[in-house]
Amino acid sequence: MEPDPRDDPSESSRRQFLKAVGVAASAGAFLAGCDEATREAFFQKHFKELDKDELAKVIARLEKDYSAKAGKPVTVDTTPAMDGVLFGYALDLSRCIGCRRCVYACVKENNQSRDPQIHWITVLEMKKERGVDIFESDPYYDSKEVPRPGHFYMPVQCQQCQNPPCVKTCPVQATWQEPDGIVVVDYNWCIGCRCCMSACPYGARHFNWADPSVPIDELNPVTHYLGNRPRPRGVVEKCTFCVQRSRHGKYPACVEICPVGARKFGNLLDPASEVREVIGGKRVFILKEELNTRPKFFYFYGV
Amino acid sequence: MRLFIDFLLGSAKQMLKGNRSYWGWVAFLLACIAVGLVGYASQAGSGLIVTSMRDQVSWAFYIGNFTFLVGVAAAAVVLVIPAYIYQWKPIKEIVIIGELLAVSAITMCLLLVMTDVGRPERAWHMAPWPIGRWNAPSSLLAWDALVLNLYFLLNFAIVTHLLFRAFTKRDYSHRFATPLILFSIPAAVSIHTVTAFLYNGLSARPYWNSAILAPRFLASAFCSGPAIILVVLQVLRRYANLEIKNEAIWKIAELMAYAMFLNLFLFGAEIFREYYSATEHLVFTQYVFTGVHGHDTLVPYAWASLFCSVAAFIIFLVPKTRRNFVTLNFGAFLIYCGVYIEKGIALVIPGFTPSTLGEIYEYFPSRTEVMVTIGVYGAGFLMFTLMLKVAIPIINGSFHLDSRRAAEAGIVQDAATSH
Repeated sequence: MEPDPRDDPSESSRRQFLKAVGVAASAGAFLAGCDEATREAFFQKHFKELDKDELAKVIARLEKDYSAKAGKPVTVDTTPAMDGVLFGYALDLSRCIGCRRCVYACVKENNQSRDPQIHWITVLEMKKERGVDIFESDPYYDSKEVPRPGHFYMPVQCQQCQNPPCVKTCPVQATWQEPDGIVVVDYNWCIGCRCCMSACPYGARHFNWADPSVPIDELNPVTHYLGNRPRPRGVVEKCTFCVQRSRHGKYPACVEICPVGARKFGNLLDPASEVREVIGGKRVFILKEELNTRPKFFYFYGV
Repeated sequence: MRLFIDFLLGSAKQMLKGNRSYWGWVAFLLACIAVGLVGYASQAGSGLIVTSMRDQVSWAFYIGNFTFLVGVAAAAVVLVIPAYIYQWKPIKEIVIIGELLAVSAITMCLLLVMTDVGRPERAWHMAPWPIGRWNAPSSLLAWDALVLNLYFLLNFAIVTHLLFRAFTKRDYSHRFATPLILFSIPAAVSIHTVTAFLYNGLSARPYWNSAILAPRFLASAFCSGPAIILVVLQVLRRYANLEIKNEAIWKIAELMAYAMFLNLFLFGAEIFREYYSATEHLVFTQYVFTGVHGHDTLVPYAWASLFCSVAAFIIFLVPKTRRNFVTLNFGAFLIYCGVYIEKGIALVIPGFTPSTLGEIYEYFPSRTEVMVTIGVYGAGFLMFTLMLKVAIPIINGSFHLDSRRAAEAGIVQDAATSH
């Protein structure tokens, strides 16, 4: 390690300049060796800073890349949040039977890695006599039939907090809350530091420890930039209330699949929505309310 | 300019000459780096899946070592305080060594963070606008990256200035160096405080969400940083003809005893609160000290750490054992072990065990993680060794600008700086 001549300012700036030239030259040489798509991907700006033309170029590049790898056309949507919409979710604990159909419908819809497995929804099996006691719950319950006697089930996924602790900790603003309340990640900006995972009280954020693998024939080709598009290794991902569906007026996959109708979804700003009906008509609670994260995900006992 | 080139070339020459044990040590460190590179190659090839980290325990050995080394970097510089308050002659040399240690430790910290992130090539995203999107003031990691880099530059500038001036046999510039040296003291405290806040601010992790976490960080750092310096000073005294008085070493040992008392007291306060109130948050402390539902991987480490810390405290407290170099060095070793386990293992991992959804994933570092960490330590100690190789002959006056060149450059040499 060679020291710098700090006591001579002209000297120091000259050395710094030479150093910068050296770094730039080697970086340039490296990048010149890459193909143009790699170069573009490396220099891609933050999603919110892309203007219309830049965004179109990025999307075209991603669609080309994904389609080539999947061997079928893959679309990447960028539909923004609708005005006057704030998405909310309600889950009926007295109906949920713990079948985990939601878990796997989510995996299929959102192109999560199959190996290693990533699940955005974790179903906790709880003992009836303990009530909602997370430290006594079991996420790995394995029985031929559900529900098991003496137990109830609590699915947990991103609670889409209005006061999200994960967003606060991200050093590069790679995750943020959209105007419709969905907390999203720009997979092309995330540096994989995992601060958000430490900050999340709900275990809702998942890291791509290895290259995610999704069988080509199972890949869902209808994707959103901020949602279910294929992810690279080394970045964090999470539930987006199926942004690729919900922004087009469809239910998230977990709501649609639930065989007992335990899952309700809608616009919190619309007094006639299902989710508002639940909040108005039932007694709801939120998970870990003492942390002041203000989830938009409500649990209730429907019966 | 010419003089500085002389300085650089001379430094390079100093690094290249040494006896057999010097080259043996350098070869050992290069071997460590090679081990690290092999480990990192496997991580770069397959991703962080080759570590034992998973979603449940998403920071672990790398970040634990990072935290420990931030403490070493901070404490190395805090030795500046007694040097300036008491004007001890030997401690000025200790300051140079402390700052070199700080520079090396920060380098290791930055390397560990870079090995821990999933996309190191995107590190530039953390730069401020318009290059990246530095998320200040809300992200503590954003702040930590800033203060660590500033601290690195600060210490590097100070130590380069001191050594270059001594090389040309001039006294250092008080106008330039003194404000920077004084500023380095609060900067040292700040790097460790911000690193503590990185954990401290997370309400999702009750084990870290305690107001005395930052004070505990500082207290333990003021034990471990000086522990390394104590040993380095003795090595230098014996092998490098550096004049260091016993009193200076004993004084550092005494300061370490106070720091260890504070560390143990704060630890006791934490333990009392957890066990007496016995809320559901007790489970994290139980995981470390007694195990939960038969999961007890960390239990022996936690008790070993506590034992080392208490034993070292007694050794450093009693004047007789403090002044005996056998027990003193044993105590420094115990402190090093105690704090290393406490920060490297018993701080980060229990914060995640059980996870936020109550799951216990028993983390233990994988071979790759250990290899990469060995490589990082090898790189840091190599840097420290090479810098000392230049600094020591400058301090003891055997490596300096020859007077003919100095006269050519018109430098008025200060007789006081040459020994």
